[in-house]
Amino acid sequence: MEKAKKDRLTDGKLSTPRFFRSLWSLTNRDLKKWYAAPVILLISLIQPVVWLGLFGKAFNFGNLFTGSAFNIPGLNIPQSVLNSLGNTVLMNTFGTTSYFSFLAVGMLAFIVLFTAMMSGMSIVWDRRLGFLDKLLTTPVPRGSIVIGKILNGVIRSLVQAIIVLVIAVLLGMSLTHVSATSILITFGALFLLGFGMSSLFVLLALKSKDWQTQMAIANLLNLPLLFMSNAFFPVSAMPSWLQAVANINPVSFTIEIGRQALLGIQYTTPMLYNFLYLGIFAAVLGAISIVMSWKVLKG
Amino acid sequence: MDIIRVRNLSKVYNGKVKAVNKISFYVEEGEIFGFLGPNGAGKTTTIKMLTTLVEPTTGDAEVFGHSIIKEQNKVRASVGVVPQEFTADEDLTGFDNALMMADLYGIPRKISKQRIVELMKLVDLEAAMKRKVGTYSGGMRRRLELAIGLVNHPRVLFLDEPTLGLDVQTRTAVWNYIKKMKNDYNMTIFMTTHYLEEADSLCDRIAIIDHGKIIKIDSPDKLKASIGGDIIKLAVNDERADLKSTLKKVAGVKTVKRNGGEYRLKVKSAETAAPKLIELIDSKGYKVTKLSMTRPTLDEVYLEYTGRSLREEDSSSSDLMAQRRTMRISRS
Repeated sequence: MEKAKKDRLTDGKLSTPRFFRSLWSLTNRDLKKWYAAPVILLISLIQPVVWLGLFGKAFNFGNLFTGSAFNIPGLNIPQSVLNSLGNTVLMNTFGTTSYFSFLAVGMLAFIVLFTAMMSGMSIVWDRRLGFLDKLLTTPVPRGSIVIGKILNGVIRSLVQAIIVLVIAVLLGMSLTHVSATSILITFGALFLLGFGMSSLFVLLALKSKDWQTQMAIANLLNLPLLFMSNAFFPVSAMPSWLQAVANINPVSFTIEIGRQALLGIQYTTPMLYNFLYLGIFAAVLGAISIVMSWKVLKG
Repeated sequence: MDIIRVRNLSKVYNGKVKAVNKISFYVEEGEIFGFLGPNGAGKTTTIKMLTTLVEPTTGDAEVFGHSIIKEQNKVRASVGVVPQEFTADEDLTGFDNALMMADLYGIPRKISKQRIVELMKLVDLEAAMKRKVGTYSGGMRRRLELAIGLVNHPRVLFLDEPTLGLDVQTRTAVWNYIKKMKNDYNMTIFMTTHYLEEADSLCDRIAIIDHGKIIKIDSPDKLKASIGGDIIKLAVNDERADLKSTLKKVAGVKTVKRNGGEYRLKVKSAETAAPKLIELIDSKGYKVTKLSMTRPTLDEVYLEYTGRSLREEDSSSSDLMAQRRTMRISRS
């Protein structure tokens, strides 16, 4: 009798461990679909890796300034002087002599941004296929449905970021400042960025009935967010109007933390401030999407 | 005891479309109660309101004593829902789908794993439960949905068009599973359908619903009896001859309708009236070329009460799209 009482949920409220299991169950459903299709994972990795290869290797600023192409006719400036001049230019512009490393950290944020943007898509499909309605007939808290989607986006993007980091290291990213702590700090920042961006796109998807709109919004925002950040180029070298955007872009904050931690580049704003900004960004958007889920997901 | 009590329940969409218009009814514990009506009559909206997916515009309902407006979570915990669509995730196995739903109900894994195996046995999916749902046939998927709907051992099960799109053979099999489930788990079932045979063979009581209103509630037998008698259709070789008044004089004939050489008669008993009719027509020098006798079906009941056939459809495009998707999967 006691046992029967326990396994039938009469008041419709889940205890804390049961709440977390239901949340994980929802997250895991989407994750299972993801790792069941490794081809999609590979395809989504191609883009940042191509960027790394194209920009990082072909736009070889190091060669530009330190190679033999750089001299003034008539003046026979010794190569070593030129090299140190070039390195100073690079140091002053990028904060490091390795543009490839500079870009690699940007690519970590890139993959997180792009993956998180897709996290709303599955809600649209769940709604279309009736799965969302089925979920809503269970006593699972409405917020968990949303948090499950957000966590799914975050986990996917962090796993992809790890792969991009490994590839970047294999392609010659500078390892002088890399340590377990610096990687943890970087991924802490990436987590917050992923959480905030996933929340934003899950929020947009909550009311949307077709995935085309969702896709269009993601496409509208992804490249501007990327280029209006310090991913490819330092903000200080941008025109002022671009700087204004780049300076509030959470992508910039994330990358700054990553470059500070992984490459030892010095910035004027302390890392803690960047973390605070990202934390507020993630918390506010996360909270809004939970509150919206109570409103929207009741029918 | 009434397990569902509905009072003046209405749903108005966009301030003007009355999907459900002040319906009131009750469902007794242990019965199979069916909503019969065409697409767009308000069946699915009613189910969605009773399962807390859609908030009613006016009125209230109690499911197992819990208000669908004020005690949504209690309602959710005590009911099982099998929606019209196939909602199981195609990329997961049948077992994993059920396990996830059990998690959402907060059922401990130790209990749920055992329970799912039991339920899979009940619907004969034990051998297939570790396979991805994408490989299932339409009938298997419907059975899986039924099993998943029972994962929280609900006291009331809501079935929305449980055999939509299935072929006749599979449909009969699904009916048998539903009956078995009802007996094994001692449940009350609320179902909607637009298949008359389904309402007839499964339901203890039927509510005929049309344009958001309940027109009649009764058992299938009483509904059929209420329109009175059997139907004889016959054809006579001479299309110009009007035998209407002649045929009407035969004992037991209630009404006669003529369409050219074809006649449709409502009679008290087809077996006794038919020979007399043939004899009479012969004696007038004509020949009966075709003859059929039918007991009243729910189709005729439906026609009688709503003035239209069940085949006429009127539904929103997204509903129709969802329905077509269901039918397509059913036939796979």
